[in-house]
Amino acid sequence: MIVQVFFWLFATLLIVSALLVITLRNPVHAVLFLILAFFNGAGLFLLAGAEFLAMTLLIVYVGAVLVLFLFIIMMLDVDFDELRARFSRAAPLGLLVGGVLVAELVFVFMAWQPSPMAEKLRAAPVAEGITNTEALGRIIYTDHVFFFQMAGMILLVAMVGAIVLSLHHRKDVKRQDVAKQVARQRKDAVRLVDVKPGQGL
Amino acid sequence: MSGWDTAMMLLWIAFKSVLLLVILLVALAMLIYVDRKVWAAVQMRRGPNVVGPLGLLQSFADLLKFVLKEVVVPDATNKGLFIAAPLITTILALSTWAVIPVNEGWAIADINVGILYLFAISSLMVYGTIIGGWASNSKYPFLASLREAAQMVSYEVSIGFVIITVLLAAGSLNLTEIVLTQKDGLGTMLGLPNSFLDWYWLPLFPMFIIFFISALAETQRPPFDLIEAESELVAGHMVEYSSTPYLLFMLGEYVAITLMCAMTTILFLGGWLPIIDVAPFNWIPGVVWFTLKALLVFFMFALVKAFVPRYRFDQLMRLGWKVFLPISLFYVALVAGWLVAFDMAP
Repeated sequence: MIVQVFFWLFATLLIVSALLVITLRNPVHAVLFLILAFFNGAGLFLLAGAEFLAMTLLIVYVGAVLVLFLFIIMMLDVDFDELRARFSRAAPLGLLVGGVLVAELVFVFMAWQPSPMAEKLRAAPVAEGITNTEALGRIIYTDHVFFFQMAGMILLVAMVGAIVLSLHHRKDVKRQDVAKQVARQRKDAVRLVDVKPGQGL
Repeated sequence: MSGWDTAMMLLWIAFKSVLLLVILLVALAMLIYVDRKVWAAVQMRRGPNVVGPLGLLQSFADLLKFVLKEVVVPDATNKGLFIAAPLITTILALSTWAVIPVNEGWAIADINVGILYLFAISSLMVYGTIIGGWASNSKYPFLASLREAAQMVSYEVSIGFVIITVLLAAGSLNLTEIVLTQKDGLGTMLGLPNSFLDWYWLPLFPMFIIFFISALAETQRPPFDLIEAESELVAGHMVEYSSTPYLLFMLGEYVAITLMCAMTTILFLGGWLPIIDVAPFNWIPGVVWFTLKALLVFFMFALVKAFVPRYRFDQLMRLGWKVFLPISLFYVALVAGWLVAFDMAP
């Protein structure tokens, strides 16, 4: 009973906040509702018994990715009137692209047939006495470790690529060298001088 | 389960939660007092000493003062978010205590991903500050919320790796299990009785240090309190706040600090286990040991606040990304390799 109440609560809030994400004018509010949507998604995962996925969703998306999202969007200086004007100009094109996508999805789902293997896998019994964190760990890190490593390599290449693209080292600015600062001694920098009155240095 | 049983269960959980909240909040009032007293002692001042005997009631007087003042909501703010921000901070901070086991079986919810829950909720607490800073519609709070976002994301990385090393050694995500695996360790290998030498602080000593420092950064304690650095940002995200909303921000911050103390205790200091498992020590109930250990960590928090001058923001970033991240990553690999090589993985 309680599970059902919470399911409807999470599901309704998820859909409402997802709708608000794309309809709200203020982008910061939209991101905040995106956070709420993720939160409810995590709640649904919890109800389905996937507590590890729920927590990972919160840690990775809400705790890190959306913080950076918010960080960027808060710094944008958005002119709402201009945005609205541009929206009405771009609306026909957007509708066209959206319509094409919907049509494609409809075709895909009409032709789609689940493989008999998938049905068997879904019916496979869950091993007793294993939490789903352990089960996930076995699948990812033991059974399919090669694919995991491959995904890791692709991500690494993407990371290096992003850094190479965005890093340009300017030569004309003065940079701080921490090692040099720490190595600096008093005797290199300070000198005690006994100045005679009226003479100066 | 019948409806009556469900209702009784809900009532029992509610009762336990209220009990925990009351104890936690009273303890918090005393902790704020201890914090100020330690700070004062280091600087050879007296600290709060007027309200009540030895100033013990100072925090309660402050509470009254905050609650009785007028709430000022500036006109240009985003009203709903402005009020929601301190609530988010406090509620999230308090909700973490639901999974903390203060003794064997003494957690309100002993869930099997307890440590992930703590990590998730403590990484959400950043939103209170960010939203508060943005909704204030004012320059200093806004700068503070930008700093907060950068700081939290940086230090969560090293905290995450520290947690992973502990998990590798413990082999469980459940907080009770993590404490129980610390019963046997280096000390018992040498033939000693169960003692403080078995806890994870010894084999994982570098991670213990990194966790402590990252916890300071994660809770915005000095020397990493750059988001409310009064010499740079007045009071950071709390500039526009007054009265009860301000109190909620402060409360949330201190609850987060107690959470970090409890986490350090559970991950590295053996939770409720006695220092040595022999006669006079193991008579003392576990919850007392837990409290004593958490208080020790809090005392260190308070001392650091008094001793160490504030970091600059670029130094903070450098420490997080260029020092802690490589060291903790290396230690994860080292511990994992060690456990596999000597076949000690749980």
